[in-house]
Amino acid sequence: MTLSFNHETCSGCRACELVCSLQNLKIINPSKAMLRVTARFPDPGIYEVDICNQCGACAEACPTGAIHLVKGTWRIDMKKCDGCLACVPACPENVMKVDDDGMPYKCINCRQCVEVCPRDALSFN
Amino acid sequence: MLYGYAGHTLRIDLSSGIIEKEPLKQEWVDEFIGGRGFTAKILYDETPPGADPLGPENRFIIAMGPLSGLFVPAAGKTHFAAKSPATGGYGDSNMGGHFGVTMKYAGYDVTILTGQAKDPSYIFIDNDTVEIRPAGHLWGKGSTAVEEILKNDLGQEFQILTIGEAGERMVNFACISHDFGRQAGRTGIGAVLGSKNIKAIAVRGTKDIPVFDPKGLLKKGRQTYAACREKPGFKGWTPEGTAGITNWCNDVGALPTRNFTTSHCDYADKINGKAILDELKITDKGCFSCPIPCGKYGVAKTALGNKYVEGPEYETLALVGSNCELSDIHAVAHVNWVCDELGLDTCSAGAVVSFALECYEKGLISRDEMGMDVKWGDLDSIVYILEKIAKREGIGDVLADGVQKAAEKIGGDSAKFAIHVKGLEWTGYESRNAPGMMLGYMTADVGAHHSRCWVLGSDVANAVGGNQDANVHDLISQGADFEVIPKADHKNVVPLVLKSQHLRPAFDILGTCRLQYMEIGLETHYYEELYYHATGKKLDFDKDLLTLSEKIWHLNRMFNKREIPDFGRKYDYPPPRFYEESIPSGPNKGHLVEFTVIEEMLDAYYAARGWDSNGIPTKETLEKFNLAVE
Ligand code: SF4
Ligand code: SF4
Ligand code: SF4
Repeated sequence: MTLSFNHETCSGCRACELVCSLQNLKIINPSKAMLRVTARFPDPGIYEVDICNQCGACAEACPTGAIHLVKGTWRIDMKKCDGCLACVPACPENVMKVDDDGMPYKCINCRQCVEVCPRDALSFN
Repeated sequence: MLYGYAGHTLRIDLSSGIIEKEPLKQEWVDEFIGGRGFTAKILYDETPPGADPLGPENRFIIAMGPLSGLFVPAAGKTHFAAKSPATGGYGDSNMGGHFGVTMKYAGYDVTILTGQAKDPSYIFIDNDTVEIRPAGHLWGKGSTAVEEILKNDLGQEFQILTIGEAGERMVNFACISHDFGRQAGRTGIGAVLGSKNIKAIAVRGTKDIPVFDPKGLLKKGRQTYAACREKPGFKGWTPEGTAGITNWCNDVGALPTRNFTTSHCDYADKINGKAILDELKITDKGCFSCPIPCGKYGVAKTALGNKYVEGPEYETLALVGSNCELSDIHAVAHVNWVCDELGLDTCSAGAVVSFALECYEKGLISRDEMGMDVKWGDLDSIVYILEKIAKREGIGDVLADGVQKAAEKIGGDSAKFAIHVKGLEWTGYESRNAPGMMLGYMTADVGAHHSRCWVLGSDVANAVGGNQDANVHDLISQGADFEVIPKADHKNVVPLVLKSQHLRPAFDILGTCRLQYMEIGLETHYYEELYYHATGKKLDFDKDLLTLSEKIWHLNRMFNKREIPDFGRKYDYPPPRFYEESIPSGPNKGHLVEFTVIEEMLDAYYAARGWDSNGIPTKETLEKFNLAVE
């Protein structure tokens, strides 16, 4: 099961970013969310949302083997992660995030964004 | 800890270049909560009496509310205020998008600009870094170009607001543009920024906003989004947004047509919400955190080229469309684009152009003065007049001051059809048979703007014998197939007007859009609960918030009294067209509002407000609301 995005209905509201940061980090701060809404205006006039599609590129790049698959979701084992951040540039979607302490964090498929998105632009399949 | 707020005020003196960041005043928070409450308080306290609206002493204020930027539906409105160059009194305007929330993420609930920059400048804000930077390369450019240039230079995550050429030349109805299609249009707020030599503000904000109970806010926020989904309007209203009301307004004889000569046209089907969806739309485009995006972004295709444009929303359809007799949706959208690029408010721009077309038709503006043979409903004529205005060339320089001041110069009987109150042009609801709506326009603090009061639904119900408390969406869905609408009774409108005047601006205090309540019926208890989780404080919507809304009403009236030398009752009259000329066609044919009715409504309104017969709040009223103002 991975997250997918349909730009046809997205209206750029960023409720997904809001709920992501509040659910997972307990803060109001969309810039720290694990997905990112980008507005492509004036041309072509659409929104894009960068999401983790669980491709595993981050795991491949990780020298300590800290990123492993748990029920279809790539998770970071913080006991093994040494904070080298090799995973960050490896992510093709640019959604491997770095927290204030310099450690990486990523989408854990909590599905909150899918539930909240008022436009049904996000789904799990 | 101040929960729900970013916690700071940013003060920028453009004359000296001094930039100060201070803690947000507790007194403002306790007494005025946020948004429009802040702007009213600060403008009254800090603008020196008699300040020139376009001089260095005027304040330009940006304010957010306690719910702005939080996990709350449609918490993305930005409030601007200044002494208005259009009215000389209290001026404010707000816009959607993502600018204000980003200011809040950068740490600022309130920003106050004073003074005047020596050279064209823009303000750069990146969290704690605030700089006044040269903007010579942006001066003279349109809003799209400015946003693109700044985003490319600084980063796509920067949010930009900008003025167009009209703001640079201090046109009295210059707007602020943002997010490729959102505007703060009214009261000449863009001219004030232009007078300060500020072309744009760019902001990046990446900080947390502290909230009292994050878990509670998460739960309540999710419930509120889920509740929005359950409302019939969620699916019913959203597709067309505000444009969905066009046909109904035409059917009830309230669609301004031909400079408010009449209130009905025979081409509403061509310039309505459906026409936008069929002809223009690429995507729905909403504001920050909004579940019911009203923006319809698309492409206007005319002989003048293909243009990306957001809108037109209802006001533009009415004022640029039927009021200028423009009956082609692509042409209306093109004019919308022209206004956005030049930085002109589409409401006032449509009203001013239609006024100019009528003056020309009547020979009050000659062919020579106009410089071209202009015609109703002609795209080239309309674009030509707008460009003259934005450049302040020839007749454009006269029109750039708005219909009231233009009529003084043009003379003849033009003042009779200069459709404004207090110097602000009337918006999209013709009200000769809508006494409540008429009174709302007459008494709004900023001038003839519907943002303060909208009771057209009750007025129509009143005229056709329906229930005045009926939900307007029920009325609209029932349709309005009236050959003839009887005259509405003006007797009981005051309580409805007061209620609306307190309710609509209440959302401007919290920092949210009002359309979730107004259009889809999201109940007020959600706002009370969200406010509690955000701030840790209890708020009773009716008792606390509506009372504050009423207090602000008195405060702004006192601001107008202080700033406008002979302010009083005579500033509340509608233009003579509405009491001297009856509507010539459509379902409201034959109706006008008698002057005696206007006087009667004002008497009743002032009495209900606790104002004297000249419309000035009495000492007792001011004391009751704890307002130490004179
Ligand atoms: S974080 Fe990036 S690299 Fe890792 S699984 Fe998700 S999309 Fe792939
Ligand atoms: S919540 Fe949905 S509509 Fe809003 S930005 Fe995210 S994906 Fe788009
Ligand atoms: S309803 Fe429209 S104006 Fe209000 S927040 Fe949503 S998109 Fe913005």
